[in-house]
Amino acid sequence: MTRPYDIATRHRAAGRIARAPDGAMAAGQADLTGTAPLLRVEGLTKRYGTRIGCADVGFDLWPGEVMGIVGESGSGKSTLLNCLAGHLPPDSGQVLFDTRTGGLKDTVTMSEPERRMLGRTDWAFVHQHARDGLRMNVSAGGNVGERLMAVGARHYGTIREAAIDWLGRVEIGADRVDDRPTAFSGGMQQRLQIARNLVTGPRLVFMDEPTGGLDVSVQARLLDLLRGLVREMGLSAIIVTHDLAVVRLLADRLMVMKDGHVVESGLTDQVLDDPQHAYTQLLVSSVLQV
Amino acid sequence: MAVTEPFIDISGLSKTFTLHNQGGAVIRVMDGAALSVRPGECVGLTGASGSGKSTLMRMIYGNYLAASGSILVGRVDVARAEPREIIRLRREVLGYVSQFLRVVPRVPTLDVVAEPLLTLGVAPDAARHKAQTLLARLNIPERLWTLSPTTFSGGEQQRVNIARGFVHDYPALLLDEPTASLDAQNRETVLCLIEEAKARGAAIVGIFHDEGARNRVCDRVVDVTAYTPQAA
Repeated sequence: MTRPYDIATRHRAAGRIARAPDGAMAAGQADLTGTAPLLRVEGLTKRYGTRIGCADVGFDLWPGEVMGIVGESGSGKSTLLNCLAGHLPPDSGQVLFDTRTGGLKDTVTMSEPERRMLGRTDWAFVHQHARDGLRMNVSAGGNVGERLMAVGARHYGTIREAAIDWLGRVEIGADRVDDRPTAFSGGMQQRLQIARNLVTGPRLVFMDEPTGGLDVSVQARLLDLLRGLVREMGLSAIIVTHDLAVVRLLADRLMVMKDGHVVESGLTDQVLDDPQHAYTQLLVSSVLQV
Repeated sequence: MAVTEPFIDISGLSKTFTLHNQGGAVIRVMDGAALSVRPGECVGLTGASGSGKSTLMRMIYGNYLAASGSILVGRVDVARAEPREIIRLRREVLGYVSQFLRVVPRVPTLDVVAEPLLTLGVAPDAARHKAQTLLARLNIPERLWTLSPTTFSGGEQQRVNIARGFVHDYPALLLDEPTASLDAQNRETVLCLIEEAKARGAAIVGIFHDEGARNRVCDRVVDVTAYTPQAA
């Protein structure tokens, strides 16, 4: 199926590239040239009564890619993210995920237990408000360990060790492992949420405004942390944000949404520096300079 | 030496900007551009300010969309490639030293320079070692390596950008005014880096306002004014 709103694809539809022979540029990490996408979305539509949430969205996400979704409030970007992550049932369309066992499988029609298993293993979801993604009355270590237990870890020592290791990776000291998230700052809570999500080694992370509501100084540290984790773990991620500076630093690719439709997509810096659609041009030219 | 195939091969390239929020004005900025660069060759772009040197450079990097034509870098046609193909090309094949440093704030200079290698899967120690070597050659004092380059002077930022662009042996390089705000000693270092890159077979496209630098490293110059559409 073609992607009707993908301007870059339409633009490039005229010809195919001559491909390098397999392995000609072998790299030691995330393979961006594999033959199967990690996620393939087709014709995804969600309506609220007569109002459009998102309409006919389609794209492929490849292993190791980070895709940003930008648009103003009400553009449908959060609806789209929630449909992709299985939090909202779409009215039509497919969300095909490259499962470890069965290859590309439609997560919309898969059974609820199967989808929940994905949510605990290969998928992760980082909420804008850390309290939506954390258990606030459970210790930091417990928050991280809980997700491990959900996938079958049982040995207390191993779980605690993994929890401390992950807290360290998100720069939370081992001495805070028994503290509850309520005793943490906003930035720390967000880093704890990331540790909780990544401890099971997911392949795809959904993020909803991960740096929203944080001080800019904390934001920079979080961005660097996310970039490092994406690189080291070969993660793929879909990041919804309204902050163009954040996507420029974090996302390889960008989709721009307006009124539920994807109006433009392409390489992040290309979309921001040479926007083709009137709305993207308006969006980019409206950013205040510091 | 046998005549080799061009590594960068551009033909029939044109570019327009459509300003939707200014009455849909269509501005033609380039028409019928052609350029080919062989491995080990450095081609300088010349032409008055506004003639399209940077525009051409940005199109080769995939930063600006081409209206028509082809831009072969190795086997990838940047004018038609999917984003993921360009991502891979930039990671492995095509380096770019721009005039502006754009990095995550508060990240140490050493990590900023090592990042292209880390992205390629090079071991962190080896990547940092290579970054140190380049920073030292470019006279960035060691006490600054742990600081973010966002606080550096213009000349220092430019040298960090150059270090980042040369840390991996890219088969193709785009250099936008790499010697612009450098003193004599650092300018010499950068010219040596360019000569070394040519010697190992890199295909280079550069913009040099510094005529001495251009004469020294460029094998040919191409005046992009020839591709600037005449005002209608």
